[in-house]
Parts: sequence; C-alpha cells; structure tokens
Amino acid sequence: MADEFEPKILGILCNWCTYAGSDLAGTSRIQYPPNVRVIRVMCTGRIDPAFVMEAFSLGADAVLISGCHIGDCHYIAGNYKARRRIALTRKVIEQFGIDPRRLKMTFVSASEGALWAEVVKDMVNTIKKLGPTPVQKKVDLHAAGGHAAAGADEDLAEIAKASAGKKLEAAPVQKK
Amino acid sequence: MANEKKPNRVGVFICHCGTNIAGVIPIDQLREYAMTLPNVVHADNYTYMCSTPGQEKIKTAIKEHNLDAVVVAACSPRLHEPTFRKASAAGGLNPFIFEMANIREQSSWIHMKEPERATEKAKDIVRMSVARASLLEPLDTKYIPVEKAIMVIGAGVAGIQAALEIADSGITTYLIEKDPSIGGNMSRLDKTFPTLDCSQCILTPKMVDVDRHPNIKTLTYTEVDKVDGYIGNFTVTVRRKARGVKEAECNGCGDCAAVCPVTKGNEFDLGLGPRKAIYVPFPQAVPLKYTIDFDSCIKCDLCVKKCGDKNAIDLNMKDELVEIKVGTIIVATGFDLYEIEKKEEWGYGRYDNVITGLQFERLINASGPTGGKLIRPSDGQKPHNVAFVLCAGSRDQDANPYCSRVCCMYSLKHAHQIMEKMPGTIPYLFYMDIRAFGKAYEEFYYRIQDEGAKFVRGRVSYIEEDPVTKNCIVHAEDTLLGTPVTLDADMVVLASAIVPKETTELLRNKLTISRSPDKFLLEAHPKLNPFSTSTDAIFLAGCCQGPKDIPDTVAQAAGAAAAAQVPINQGKVALEPIAAKVNDDLCSGCGVCGSLCPYKAITLSEIGEGHRRASVNDAMCKGCGTCGAACPAKAITMQHFKNEQIRAQIAALFTPVGGA
Repeated sequence: MADEFEPKILGILCNWCTYAGSDLAGTSRIQYPPNVRVIRVMCTGRIDPAFVMEAFSLGADAVLISGCHIGDCHYIAGNYKARRRIALTRKVIEQFGIDPRRLKMTFVSASEGALWAEVVKDMVNTIKKLGPTPVQKKVDLHAAGGHAAAGADEDLAEIAKASAGKKLEAAPVQKK
Repeated sequence: MANEKKPNRVGVFICHCGTNIAGVIPIDQLREYAMTLPNVVHADNYTYMCSTPGQEKIKTAIKEHNLDAVVVAACSPRLHEPTFRKASAAGGLNPFIFEMANIREQSSWIHMKEPERATEKAKDIVRMSVARASLLEPLDTKYIPVEKAIMVIGAGVAGIQAALEIADSGITTYLIEKDPSIGGNMSRLDKTFPTLDCSQCILTPKMVDVDRHPNIKTLTYTEVDKVDGYIGNFTVTVRRKARGVKEAECNGCGDCAAVCPVTKGNEFDLGLGPRKAIYVPFPQAVPLKYTIDFDSCIKCDLCVKKCGDKNAIDLNMKDELVEIKVGTIIVATGFDLYEIEKKEEWGYGRYDNVITGLQFERLINASGPTGGKLIRPSDGQKPHNVAFVLCAGSRDQDANPYCSRVCCMYSLKHAHQIMEKMPGTIPYLFYMDIRAFGKAYEEFYYRIQDEGAKFVRGRVSYIEEDPVTKNCIVHAEDTLLGTPVTLDADMVVLASAIVPKETTELLRNKLTISRSPDKFLLEAHPKLNPFSTSTDAIFLAGCCQGPKDIPDTVAQAAGAAAAAQVPINQGKVALEPIAAKVNDDLCSGCGVCGSLCPYKAITLSEIGEGHRRASVNDAMCKGCGTCGAACPAKAITMQHFKNEQIRAQIAALFTPVGGA
C-alpha cells in the first residue's frame, strides 16, 4: 500500500445533533474514512477557540466542528455563537499561516447519519489535497506522562506562541 | 473541589459487543494497549459489558484494584452511559468519574472494511477517554420536585386519548387546542377502515368525557406562546385567542349565528359548506361554545342584541396570556394534507371535480355540507364513476418520499362507500401498491375487490378537464398490461399525502425538540422509545411523529401518557449536575457570560462599590457551556466539560503514548 497521506482530523460535536447523527451513521453501518476522532461536548457553544488553536498547535491536520442546524439548537442559540466564533477563528488561523479550509463548521442533525458521512468524506478529500499541516510537531509542550494538558492552563497566546514561529516559515505556499 | 486528588487508578473495560466490536477490532490487542496508558492500572474485556456479569466485573474490579475512575470502551454514551454510571456507583465510585469510549458507532461499525485503521482509531479513542477520565471530578446529583400536572398540546384523537389516560389516573391535565373545538381531523371522517365504524360515533363519547372530566382543563382556541423551564418544572404561556364569546355564559343555542349576516366557507368542511362569522365548526363541537371569526366579523351588533340578557358576546374581547405550570408535556399536533395543488398535473384547485380524500369524507358524511350525498362540485350531479389517485404526493421524490400509510386503506373504504351508497357507480383505483398492513386490512382489500371496485396499477400521469361536461380525463399507464389507459371520470379523488401540521414547526422551536428530515418530530429511539423526544419530559403522540392510522395513534398516545406520568409519580427528578460554576476569585464581573446565556441563568450581583460578580442559578442552567467558552478570565467552568478535561482529550489525541 502506497504511503498515502492520511490526515488526522479532530471533530468536536454537539451531543444532541451531530454526535447523535454520527451514532446513527454507525448504527446504519455507513462506511466512511476513519480520519476523524471525535470529542463530544453538550453544545457547540462550549467550544472555546482555544481548543481549536491547541489542536492545530499539536499537529492537527484539520478541525471539524459540527452542531445542530441553525434554529435547531438544543440550547436555543449555542450554535449561532459557535458559528461566529469559528468564522473568526478561521481568520485567526489564516494569520498563522494555516489554510482556513482546515477549520470547518457544519450542521448535521440527529437524523442525518448519511450527511455526516458525506461531511467527513468531503473534509478528508479537501485535506488530502491540501497536504499535511504546516505546523511542525516538535512542540514538546508537556512532556510529563504524555498527558499534555493535564496541568496545562496556558492561555491562547501561550499556545499560539509555542508553534507560531514554525508555522510561518513552514507554511510554503499557503495561498489566499 | 479544588484540592481533590485527581484519579490516577483508572480501570479500562472493553466490550466485544458480540462480534459488533470484536469482529473488527482485536480486543486483546486493545486491552494490552490500554494497560500501557498512563494511570491505567487495570484493563479487562467481556463479551457484553452491559450484561449483568459485565457490570459485575466493573464492580469487583473497583474494589480489587482500588480503582478511582472507570472507562468503558463500548457503544455510544447516548446508549449506555447511564448503565455504566450505575455500575460504577454500585462499586462505590462517584458516577461522574466515568467515561465512555465509543468504539462501536465511532469505529467498528463505520470502518468494517479497514480493521487496521479501525483498531488505530479505537486506540486513539480509548487513549483520549483515559486522559479525560483522569481529570474528571465527582459531582452530586440534585433532585428537584415535579409539578403535578401534564400538558397535552393538540386535541385530536391522540391528544384526547392521552388526556383521558392521564386524567383517569388522577393527574391534572391541560388539554390545549388551537381550534374552537376538540376532535381534530378524526372528527371530519365519516367511516373508519376496516370495520366501518362511524368516526363520530366512536370519537364523540371520548370528546364528551374530556369535557366532563374533573381532572381535565380543556383550553380551546388557545395556542402555545412560550415555553420556559425543564423537566418537572415547565412554565407554558398560552395565548387564549379572543373568542368574542364568553365561554361561561354561552349555552350554544345558536340564535346568534341565525342572525349573523356574514357567510364564509367553513374550514371544518374544507370550504365545501358555509358558516357564519359567529359559528361552531360542527354540531357535535366540544365545548359547544360559539366563536367569532374577527377577520370576517363586521361588528354589526346583531348577535349581541339577539343574545340579549345572556350577555355572552363581547365584540371587544382581547387575546389573553395565561401561564400554566406543568411537569411534563405531550405534543400531539397531528397532520395537514400535503398541498396537492403543487402537483399541477392533477389539476387540484383548477378543476372543479378534482377533490382530496378529506373533502370526500366531508361529502359522504351525513353531517357534512351535502347531508351525506356524494355530488360533483361542478354541477351537483351524482357521479357515475370516480377515479381515485393513490400515493398522491406520497412515495414521490418530487413531493414526499415516504408512504403516508393510510391512503390505500381510506381509498378502499371510499370505494366501498360509493358502491354501497350509489349502486352502479364504479370506483377506479389507480395505485402503485396496495399497502394493507394492519389487522384485518388485507381482508378488507379482498372484500373491496370482490365488491367490484376496479384496480389499475399505475400512477396517473395527468388529468385533463372536458370544458363542457367538466369531466376529468385521467391518463395513466397500466403497468400490469403495459399499455397507456385513459378514463373519462366524473370525479377524481386525490389521496393526498399526510404532512406535519404547519404550526408544528413553530411549536417545535419553542420546545427545542428535533425533527427528522421528513419534517415530522423526531422520536428518542425509532423502536424502543417512539413516544419520547431527546428533550426530557417532552413526549410525542400521533401523526406529529409520523403518518399513522387511528389504532397506532391511540396506542402511541396511551404510551406517551404512561411515560409522561412517570416523573409525576416519582415526585422528584434527578438533574444532571452538569452546570456552569463561577470561580469567585477569578471573576471580574465583566458580564460577558450573562449576555450569552440563553436561559438567563447568570446574574451579576454587586459585591461592593463598583465590583460585580457573576453567579449561576443551578436549576436554570442547562449546561450548554456557552458562557465557559467565552469567559475572558476562564472564571466560569462547565462542570464535567472543563477546559482541562477537553484539552486533555485533544492533547492525548495528538501526543500518542510511547512516542510516534
């Protein structure tokens, strides 16, 4: 098997819509690429942009955020807030030399298992075209025990700083 | 909480789930891998962790290995988290120091053809879960009292059945109906398949029971305006629309309608018959109270004068908002017919003699606008043959992909009624498949065949109208003969699809419940929990959840009624202690959190001149975490989803143990 680039993607999904939808994809045995690892939160509103930055700083090839359709949030409006935050975070990562296509927010309901599979396939294809993350993973942020963030509560700036330098020079032709 | 020791003796339990997981992922390899993870002191596996011996393994291991956190690698936490929380609690741990690694829905089931990569993914998932488990903190479940009342929204046969079941068990029931009378769509029907019971005859007694029941408070001409609260403690604001008639004073004599000069099409008869501006929709209406349609009322005062001393009419009545406190809610908002005029090829709305199945019900109904005489709307003549178009808007990629489940059967019933009432008139049924799935349904189908109805297998491609006779020329292909057929029909009945009521969408947003892609409300589980929603204490009954016939509707309503009573009878409900918490030392009182909170659960209080501090009302906080993500000082933490817990998962994902 050729050593094809297999992106490692972090997915952060809300409990009520997309996590349930991705469970449905499982129950329906819909097959899709195993590149996404999922963290479940109650609402996409919980997603601190720092999580996204942290993932990129640690070498994520992409981050996929997904929640309820607009107007369908289990908590009334968390997904509106997430949508704005992610839109801004895309601008921020661009400043760090990371292609904004590496961060995506989608809306997948609890009944849309097939759509979730499509979303993942799309994302994986996009990232395969973009290639590996420009962030070089040498950031030995927290050596202790492999559980990096265990004691870590550095703020966003701290994390960004740790990898920012590398990113800029390592990002070859990230075109706008 | 701050000084508590973090778990450092984690036990990992891997479930085979029969072959669901073990068939793809080598369990032994995963178990050995788990043992290499930091803080893991014990790893075990079992065929079915959720079984009693599986749970027993967890309990014993907690004691034997002195575990202080448990990770179960199995199915989705949405399925079995409660099971395993109970098991760890039985072993003596706080149930919240438990984490599920979902390696079934999120790995073995979706990557069956790539077992190696599925295994890699499962290892990642377990590693992330262990990292998170090592940072979980004990939480205390709070119990809150439950309001001893239930609200049923929608008073069709589903709502009526649910309300009666609940009220009979002694619980106060609020039955909300937006129309002037209860009864819903079932009260429009003439006969019911396959037994040919008269619909009104079996429904009216129930309607009267509702009216008389001491535990049921029926609010007709009332809509839900706002829903606040949570399981056990909902505050529903309902809008009692201005009826123009005082319910307490009106005795239903009808003198007012007799003098009313305004005539309109009666919505109850789908516009086929007339009503006045002051009206009851149908004679058996419950409550038998008149209603003024203020959109068409000309305020001539004739009715007020006629009503005289009874003084029941108030032309200046205004909408009234009423707050009702209930513990649980049942949604039973029913269905509308698909707007079949969108299928232009069949000419509904353009051709006089093309009607829908529900209009047919009103025409053939003895209490309907024609006294039960089926006539052609164009000329009032008796039809000699009638074409039925089945699957009109159902099983149709351009309209609704689903089967509406009742159209085959009611069209068969219509055919029977025609042949019974008007010997010599021939019904032609254009069908795709006859779906006669219920008890005694298939037998009914044979009976109608024997009675002489004509069946043509094929969908009607288009209908033309003869401009002189107003007859309908039906064009279709007989797929069994493989030839095009044309029928000169006196009348066409479209078995229009069932769609959720238009207003359900608004209500759905107020209740924050989900819908499926077909726009029907989404049940918690399609098989095992078809009457609950993913929102605690909100239940579903009837066609709002999906197309149904009357027996299924009644069964689901009774089920929803039983489920809705559970929290009421328990008297208290457990609140998940997943709420935001403010660290007073870090909070600067900027108020960002308060402006974001969708539940107004965060208040700012003055703690000295110029100093403010946020505080969270636990009962109002639902645990979305939007505040925690925005707090610039990280002073608000979302318990169970704390920054460090989530970041540990992220870090664990990208920093595999043992190098790489």
